[in-house]
Amino acid sequence: MTRQDALFNYVLKLGDQSLVYGHRMSEWCSKAPMLEEDLALTNIALDYIGRARAFLSYAAELEGKSRSEDDLAYKRGEREFYNNLMVELPIGDFAFTMARQFLLSSYEYFLFTGLAQSKDEKLAAIANKVIKEVRYHWTHSRDWLMRLGLGTSVSHEKLQRAIDELWIYTDELFETGPEDQLLKSAGIVFNMDEIKTVWTELVHSILKEIDITIPETTFSQTGSRLGIHTEHLGHLLAEMQYLVRAYPEARW
Amino acid sequence: MSKDTQLDLWEVFIQAKVGGNHVHAGSVHASDGKMALQNARDIYTRRNEGSSIWVVPSDCIVASTLSDTEMFFDPSADKIYRHPTFYVLPEGAKQI
Amino acid sequence: MDVLIAGTSFQDKIDHDINIEPKDVMPDEYRTHLIRQISQHAHSEVIGMQPEGNWITRAPSLRAKQILLAKIQDEGGHGLYLYSAAETLGISRDEMIRQLHEGKARYSNIFNYPALTWADIGAIGWLVDGAAIVNQVSLQKTSYGPYARAMVRICKEESFHQRQGYEIMAHMMDGTADQKQMAQDAVNRWWWPALMMFGPHDSDSPHSGAAFRWKIKNKSNDELRRKFIDKTVPQAEVIGLRIPDPDLKWNEMKQSYDHGKINWEEFRQVINGNGPCNRQRMQHHVKYHEEGRWVREAAEAYKNRLKQSN
Repeated sequence: MTRQDALFNYVLKLGDQSLVYGHRMSEWCSKAPMLEEDLALTNIALDYIGRARAFLSYAAELEGKSRSEDDLAYKRGEREFYNNLMVELPIGDFAFTMARQFLLSSYEYFLFTGLAQSKDEKLAAIANKVIKEVRYHWTHSRDWLMRLGLGTSVSHEKLQRAIDELWIYTDELFETGPEDQLLKSAGIVFNMDEIKTVWTELVHSILKEIDITIPETTFSQTGSRLGIHTEHLGHLLAEMQYLVRAYPEARW
Repeated sequence: MSKDTQLDLWEVFIQAKVGGNHVHAGSVHASDGKMALQNARDIYTRRNEGSSIWVVPSDCIVASTLSDTEMFFDPSADKIYRHPTFYVLPEGAKQI
Repeated sequence: MDVLIAGTSFQDKIDHDINIEPKDVMPDEYRTHLIRQISQHAHSEVIGMQPEGNWITRAPSLRAKQILLAKIQDEGGHGLYLYSAAETLGISRDEMIRQLHEGKARYSNIFNYPALTWADIGAIGWLVDGAAIVNQVSLQKTSYGPYARAMVRICKEESFHQRQGYEIMAHMMDGTADQKQMAQDAVNRWWWPALMMFGPHDSDSPHSGAAFRWKIKNKSNDELRRKFIDKTVPQAEVIGLRIPDPDLKWNEMKQSYDHGKINWEEFRQVINGNGPCNRQRMQHHVKYHEEGRWVREAAEAYKNRLKQSN
């Protein structure tokens, strides 16, 4: 594998992550607990879809096969997507959504802080823009975790359940493969072990503050690096890609 | 139907550009200050309208009433000497 | 007494085009009329998120997905501005939502029709938002200050909504036979309901008298409807869409279009709960309002906890 191929895979994965998660967050539209929060969740969804466009169009450029961002989004099957399993899980309740947002934003904060220093200029430029969004998402979800964690016994219980469900998907966020090694040696990406250490520290400290227990798991779910997903992704893609697939001749 | 609440009412003031005044933009519902600030951001600055936001609980605002209008504002109407255009300056005087 | 001190009566202000503000003295009927109208307007924006929301996850390009999401988000924002305007009249958002759920407050009939294909997203933006804008532009001059100011903000933000709908229609009319057929089908289904959005003919409109005297309204239903038809028909022609009204004709004398008979029986049926989506729209709103209750309660409890610790 060349460095160019490795970079394509890496950027494509970032694109898939943003696309699939943005799709999930957009499902909240008209369903939030308050009208104000409806707009907040939509803003988050819009940030991710915007980010997906940036990464996917860069991936398309790196690939050099004249595929567009939309080709990559709409014309790949479920075994060709590389997003983490965590982001494709259904939105669940508000506690689940906020817990996932918090875990993810904490991860993205460290990830994109690193990538902002990447030797690949374009990746660094996108990361620099993204980091501002991430900081807002993090703050928004952290504040909600406080309210839910310290609010009522019902909200605390729902938040605990959400963390219990999500935890087996957290390890996968930090997985790397041989191609990441190649990019790391070129100064394009950074050490995931270090990111995992600071992430764990941050997440543990916040969850402790609101009396949420981290489940003791010995086993984690994985597969996305090989394009092996939960059953949920297929449904998500079927919905997302339906028009483009049903009318292959049409341009939209 | 059981009791419900849409949380408290807050007033939102947006500063469009650094150095400008904070101008009333509207209101939001929120249970605490942080939430009010974030809601204001998500609702009133979607089109890049802001550089700073203030939020104030609506019930903290003290407002003049209609019956105050005359006694409050009319007495200042005849104090034209407060305005620079009131003064007659000699021909040729500059930068004053 | 207040009126005497201020020296200007309610109707004097109205007659001199001076806005009425929340703390001003106003007749109860004026207040009631406004609460009904503004809350209905707010509910319409919020319920209106549903038919389009139905297509966010199926938008056929990432650009289209962003635009649609931003547009629906705007509608939520507009609902919020309008709820705030109504709140200045002394009704809470709680109460307005309760009235909606109990069927005492209405929302625009148009949202009881289903958004069946992607072309419906185009038709809703072009025709439904197009009709709404005609109405909203005239409401920028309404006599109640907070309502007028909300409308100014809304009109400014809405200006892209109709364009995005028209862009979708134009694009589809430039596409495959399937796409053209889909676009025409959407216009066939949305045209008449869009005309009904302006309400009954002036001769049958029960609230118009007072609304005019108080300058809540300044243009009649029929005037606004004509304005909409006159600007929309040429737009249809430009992209090759047919308006599904065999009686539609340019009237040289009036310098305006004459249109065919509107099916007011359908209008009455839909208003009375028998439209294709009435139940679905309300069930959706009630469901998520109820599902959000524990979140709002948690936020309240957290606030009280913060207060205690201070």
